Amino acid sequence: MTAQTQDIINLSIKGQVEVGESLTTLALRRLRRDKLTIVALIVVATLVMLSVCAPLIERYVLHVDYTRTDISKAFLPMFAEGHILGTDDLGRDHLARLLYAGQISLGIAFTAAILSLVIGISLGIITGYYGGVLDDVIMWFISTLNSIPSFFLLLIVSAAIITNPDLNNTFLKGPFALVAFLGLLGWTGTTRLVRGETLSLREREFIISARAVGASPIRVMFIHIMPNLLSIVVITLALDIGSLILVESALSFLGLGVQAPLASWGNMLTNSQSFFNKGVHLVIVPGLMIVVTVLCLYVIGDGVRDAVDPMTVDK
Amino acid sequence: MFKYTLRRLIQAIPTLIGISMFAYLLMGLSPGGPVKALTFDPKMRPEQRERLALQLGVNDPIPVQYLRWLLGDTWMRWDSDGDGVSDGSFLIPIDANNDGVPEPPGTRQGVLRGDWGRSIFEKRPVADIIRERVPATLELGISSLLLGLFLGVPIGVLAAVRRGGWFDSITRITAVLFNAVPVFWLGLILILVFGSWLRLLPMGSRCPSTLTGGCPPITQRLEYLILPTFVLATGGIAVYSRYMRASMLDVIGQDYIRTAKAKGLSGRQVWFTHGARNALIPVATFLGPSVAGLLGGAPITETIFSWPGLGRVGVSSVLQKDYNVVMAVVILGAVATIIGYLISDILYALIDPRIRFS
Repeated sequence: MTAQTQDIINLSIKGQVEVGESLTTLALRRLRRDKLTIVALIVVATLVMLSVCAPLIERYVLHVDYTRTDISKAFLPMFAEGHILGTDDLGRDHLARLLYAGQISLGIAFTAAILSLVIGISLGIITGYYGGVLDDVIMWFISTLNSIPSFFLLLIVSAAIITNPDLNNTFLKGPFALVAFLGLLGWTGTTRLVRGETLSLREREFIISARAVGASPIRVMFIHIMPNLLSIVVITLALDIGSLILVESALSFLGLGVQAPLASWGNMLTNSQSFFNKGVHLVIVPGLMIVVTVLCLYVIGDGVRDAVDPMTVDK
Repeated sequence: MFKYTLRRLIQAIPTLIGISMFAYLLMGLSPGGPVKALTFDPKMRPEQRERLALQLGVNDPIPVQYLRWLLGDTWMRWDSDGDGVSDGSFLIPIDANNDGVPEPPGTRQGVLRGDWGRSIFEKRPVADIIRERVPATLELGISSLLLGLFLGVPIGVLAAVRRGGWFDSITRITAVLFNAVPVFWLGLILILVFGSWLRLLPMGSRCPSTLTGGCPPITQRLEYLILPTFVLATGGIAVYSRYMRASMLDVIGQDYIRTAKAKGLSGRQVWFTHGARNALIPVATFLGPSVAGLLGGAPITETIFSWPGLGRVGVSSVLQKDYNVVMAVVILGAVATIIGYLISDILYALIDPRIRFS
């Protein structure tokens, strides 16, 4: 820090010089004041912590084994002795299973969102920066992919690979494959968004000056353009994780996503239509977990969008 | 405008070809095809299995299978002298099983000539299945589209007019909630409450089951429509009310609204006659995609409510590897999507004279 900046800081502390706030400082300050977003952040963080600590909680707090089946204890109601949220159709502890399912559901959605972001941002920057034939080809590919009813596309992929009884490949049938498919099919929206943003950034003075001093295209794209996309990235990440949880749960519910014995919030509901009379909590609780998580992620996405929007007026 | 429409339709051709190739490859490349799924019966002899595979042509290379689907196979193996024995072939061997006798000539016409093939499982033409399912899908789709519009638009207008008030807050929260609830779970909960506990509404299906399999006119079975329509409409209600609100807020700030108020018009006249009509323009663009979703079927909602539409038959065909049915559902959905976007662009220009086609 030069002496000059130190002077300005000293003066500004005394209130003699007005130093303009950066957008990041402004955004963080707005976020701190946004109670709803803070609450949503805390809820999501708690859910993530609980899921990550599932093995410890299972062992030292609940004193159960989430894989142990016991038909004599099937369909215990909520708050039954030793089982806070009761047990499922096979007598497994419902709460412990929910926590492990959280690991899977959150983990799949998070990694798939990261994957689709990486693809989406790289392709978006490249197509926006270079334009031309490459841009045309990728845009055609995107519009083709978007014209296929997306859920059917996932169904076809899933039936062809994940649940295909004739495919003996443990990797392709595990949750990693699901992450890969969700990520590989979900990047188109991000690409369009980033491409549009890059198109406008490309013409700005700081990019032209960077190119004038001889920065390579890679450097311009990833050092000069990418940092300006940070807010888009955060917003898209939050919204993407939310919608990916919904997609994964729907696929798993239909039996085409996460496969038993692994639990996800979606596949815990697969047979729940037949539990209406025996254990209503088995229908309600896993769904509530999905709703709360997705709701909080959407609130966070909206909160960040408002915070980084230069048009937002501070009250 | 005609030229514009024509150009967009021509542009759609490579897209459709791309989609069909992509979907076909994806299914064709996965191990264990339809014959394996069909001949799960352990009593079936290997010869029978082979004959079936030969009939369906699943042993041919995948590009050939795709061409057969697209263009038919009457030009792949033909009988030019009319004696019932094939005497020429192209791309596929004339005697596929090497028994010294040529296989019978091809009979498939191909999708481009209007032949969608036969369903392997239901053993009848795919076109028949689709024709049976379309009315159910349209019924559900149109009713949920209407519900979404007739609830979403007025909610959006009222929320904008009373901006910051309790109605605005409640509808805002409801919209986010509707987006965050998994459709299948909402369906389950509604079935649980209204079907299982209160016993007010049926738990699924399109009408009471009859021996003939047909359904009475829609007015006699409205109770079957209520739950699936609502579940399918939640997304629309959320989207329409939010966009209508944003668009209405834009309009409210404009001069002619102030003029209308200054003239002494009542609030309702200003909001609905002057404001909402103009605010509807951006919302109209969402109609295209909604219409598209309508024909593509609603796989999850239809499955939950055992609704005999395209979405449900799509899901079950994917699981049974009934390729011809899957392809028909996918292509139909894609065509609907493309036409939906085209309609929304045209509609946009028709409503707003400031927009011109370029």
